[in-house]
Amino acid sequence: MTARPYAAAKSTLSIPEKLLEINWGLVLLITLIACVGFAMLYSVAGGHFDPWASRQLVRFAFGFVILVAVALIDIRVWMGLAYPAYAISLVLLVGVEIAGRVGMGAQRWIELGPLQLQPSELMKITLVLALARYLHALGPGEISRPLKLLVPLAMIAVPAALVLIQPNLGTAGLLGLCGVLLLFLAGLSWLWIAPAAIGIAVAVPMTFEFLLHDYQRRRVLTFLDPESDLLGAGWNITQAKIALGSGGASGKGFLEGTQSRLNFLPEKETDFIFTILGEEFGFLGAVALLILFAVVIAYGIQIALAARSQFARLLAMGITINFFLYIMINAAMVMGLIPVVGIPMPLVSYGGTAMMTVMFGFGLLMSAHVHRQVEIPRHAAGFGIDSAT
Amino acid sequence: MAAFDRKDKSRYETFSRRAMLLGGGMTAVFGVLAGRLYQLQILQGDRYMTQAEDNRVNQRLVAPLRGRIFDRFGVPLAANRQNYRLLIVPEQAPAGVAAVLDAIGKIIPLGEAQKSRVLKQASINKKFVPLTVTENLSWEEFARLNLDLPYLAGVQLEVGETRDYPFADETAHVLGYVAAVSPEDKTEDDPLLDLPSFRIGKRGIEKTFDKKIRGRGGQSRIEVNAYGRVIRELGRDPGQPGEEVYLTLDREIQHFVHERLAGESAACTVMDCTNGDVLALASTPGYDPNSFNVGISATEWKALTENDHKPLINKALSGLYPPGSTFKAAVALAAVEDNVVSPDFAVVCTGKTSIGSHDFHCWKKGGHGRMNLHNGIKQSCDVYFYEVARRLGVDRIEAAAKKLGMGEPTGIEIPGERAGLVPSRAWRQATFGAPWQQGETLILGIGQGYVLTTPIQLCMLAARVASGKKVSPRIVHSVGLERSQSAQAEPLDFSERTLTLVRAGLNAVTNEGGGTAYAYRIAEAGMEMAGKSGTAQVRRISAQERLTGVRRNEDLPWELRDHALFIAYAPVHAPRYACAAVIEHGMAGSRVAGAICRDVLLFTQKRDTANRPPAYPVTAASAGAASGAAP
Repeated sequence: MTARPYAAAKSTLSIPEKLLEINWGLVLLITLIACVGFAMLYSVAGGHFDPWASRQLVRFAFGFVILVAVALIDIRVWMGLAYPAYAISLVLLVGVEIAGRVGMGAQRWIELGPLQLQPSELMKITLVLALARYLHALGPGEISRPLKLLVPLAMIAVPAALVLIQPNLGTAGLLGLCGVLLLFLAGLSWLWIAPAAIGIAVAVPMTFEFLLHDYQRRRVLTFLDPESDLLGAGWNITQAKIALGSGGASGKGFLEGTQSRLNFLPEKETDFIFTILGEEFGFLGAVALLILFAVVIAYGIQIALAARSQFARLLAMGITINFFLYIMINAAMVMGLIPVVGIPMPLVSYGGTAMMTVMFGFGLLMSAHVHRQVEIPRHAAGFGIDSAT
Repeated sequence: MAAFDRKDKSRYETFSRRAMLLGGGMTAVFGVLAGRLYQLQILQGDRYMTQAEDNRVNQRLVAPLRGRIFDRFGVPLAANRQNYRLLIVPEQAPAGVAAVLDAIGKIIPLGEAQKSRVLKQASINKKFVPLTVTENLSWEEFARLNLDLPYLAGVQLEVGETRDYPFADETAHVLGYVAAVSPEDKTEDDPLLDLPSFRIGKRGIEKTFDKKIRGRGGQSRIEVNAYGRVIRELGRDPGQPGEEVYLTLDREIQHFVHERLAGESAACTVMDCTNGDVLALASTPGYDPNSFNVGISATEWKALTENDHKPLINKALSGLYPPGSTFKAAVALAAVEDNVVSPDFAVVCTGKTSIGSHDFHCWKKGGHGRMNLHNGIKQSCDVYFYEVARRLGVDRIEAAAKKLGMGEPTGIEIPGERAGLVPSRAWRQATFGAPWQQGETLILGIGQGYVLTTPIQLCMLAARVASGKKVSPRIVHSVGLERSQSAQAEPLDFSERTLTLVRAGLNAVTNEGGGTAYAYRIAEAGMEMAGKSGTAQVRRISAQERLTGVRRNEDLPWELRDHALFIAYAPVHAPRYACAAVIEHGMAGSRVAGAICRDVLLFTQKRDTANRPPAYPVTAASAGAASGAAP
């Protein structure tokens, strides 16, 4: 025990001590990115805080509190909550699916008083938690055993399938990709990875042909040739590219974007917010935001590498991957590199649920940072604050 | 714990390695994203910039103001009238379009058809598109609507410009008219032609100078949003208003001539012998060119096309008539010039002459007796001119007629002018495949047969004989700042002696007792006119009819009666004005056409256009000195 006095001591940090342990640089960075979002929402509204920027500000403030609160809670508590939280998410996901079938059309959220809870958003976090916990308990190489692998694959596939039939192609892809990358980090053998990659290469066209909804297939097709349907589904992509491209090197200037202000851009305050930045601040502005994002991700990876428990490492990395996938899919989508799927730009796009999910995720990342010295035995059952003492 | 540690360490190393690998992958993705941004924003930025501008900015064409047309004293003959329009913008009418229409109906008369048309348009168009309810509101209606405007939410009143011809049918044949652009008009690449409200010159001066009168379209750059709603105007290029045209026409004389011809199917032109300026060019009946502007109604059009007096034809330029005895002036000139006859050469007129078995009759049944050049012209003896023509031959008559400008368009700046016809041997052969007959020469000698002229050519004939110069009519003084050049007329190719002899004959026609138009002379001293009457047969009088007695014109149906023609100039000793009148089926050259020429020339001389200070617009050169001075 004397070999790691620090760990023992840190496991019982007081609240003020934990507050000091929070990586405030990262928090500042996150706030900075959120501020870029406020500015863009202010611009999209034609130079008004209403209707978007003001509400987004309140949400961010709320999210900020969540971040700090989640960060202060011991990592082992989160580990203990991992399976129950995953189970609840799954139940809610099935719930909306049934409710959606009973009601008219696709319903993706549950009304909880003033809040709208999207189980698919919740699942993004809880899947990472549950996978991290499961993989934490596996020894080296164990993950490559078929029976051991089957469990996490199912944990990924079931919610992904449920989200896919909602239908929400973007989130389903995001869940699947995030889960698979966690398996990869946990040491999944290349012998599994290589055939799987080939399998996916075969499966994608099949999926396109048989599993996708008409509107999803149309999205893919118009993505491949946006000019074929300029006023229909291709409109989004075409107008987004015009907005970005017309920004040029240094942009048209704050509040001077014409594409957004004149309503040429659809969903300009949510999924396509990045194009406003590109239009008003040009290449320099857009790349600056990407750099900010990259720094956040670098922080995430650094936190993951510095954590002593496999759970914390996988959790931190899972959150980081999630964050990265958001950015990648959204940015690639508005730049016309991939089809339009409904994925917002984290911290920047207008939207309550996404903001809460992201801030909650950063809370978990920060918890992994604050509790980076905490060691958790491989077979600990969670809530194991006393197991280390 | 050691085993635990070791295993943990191995997992840690795998994780770290793969996390770094993943981090590298993420960096690569960021690189791809930044590269894509570079491609879109830096490499293709210009292209997308243009597309964004295209998205945002709508160019709207602004119709220029059409140039006005004035007479020589600056009286506007074609102007632009303000056109008051009533529009409804549905989105600004919270009570609904139908309710607004009902409210308007209480202020100005509004038909049910109009209402239903507006309601139909309202259902088709977007809510912010203004709908035209009615156009051409009177000032009174416009004022009443303006008064109630605060209570008519959604109603807009607009002022546009419409072409207006204040003298309507009096100037219709000169000015022509403007009308909506037809597909055949879209031969040039002027975007104005696509404007739905644009009007293009279809006839007359409006057509000849259409491009200059039209002006250059302006542009309004309007910012629109994705739904086409106008956000604001970014800039405006007002374009270039059309150039203004000054005609040589004198509106007072034009008015007088038009009135004088009232009721007849006739043409009359007045020109300045010295420079060719056309002071009046009338063709009756006229039509109202204002009707074509808004679109002529079917009944109105039918009435115009079915009228046997052919109001749509400009008879002064397009009407072809045998010149009749007025042609004798040309024959006389040729004969004297070529010494075919001396002034004293005499022919005894017995009322007819013969070639072979053909009889050629004089208009005077009993004959004129002994006729020389002077009396031949004065009394318009046909037998005298049969003999002169026989001696001249067709070729020399043809040459003289062409020297006097017949057989080709005069070149006046109004479209649709016809050439007329001066027959020749070659023409005869080409047209009928048979050689020229001597009898045809005789007929030609009295201006009958194949020869055809337009009234403007006859007027020019009078002007040329009077002045001895090759004057040609022109009707445009200036277009914009560009003055049309009146070429210094060259002398006619006839000797002064010839001209003097023929002029004396023409003087005798009106001013000597026994002249065919002596009754229609101008008595005012110093204003006397010289002239020549003509009566052109439009039917053949058979030998049978001659035996039983030629039917009097008055007994014939209108369309078979003779045309009445007269050419004249005045004052006789210093000719200034030439005039020609053709009254279709007017029967008697002197009595009908001569009287008209007399009245017109008298009016013209009393008005004395030529000696008035010219009132054309100040030219650029004189503008500096005269700036501020009232025209």
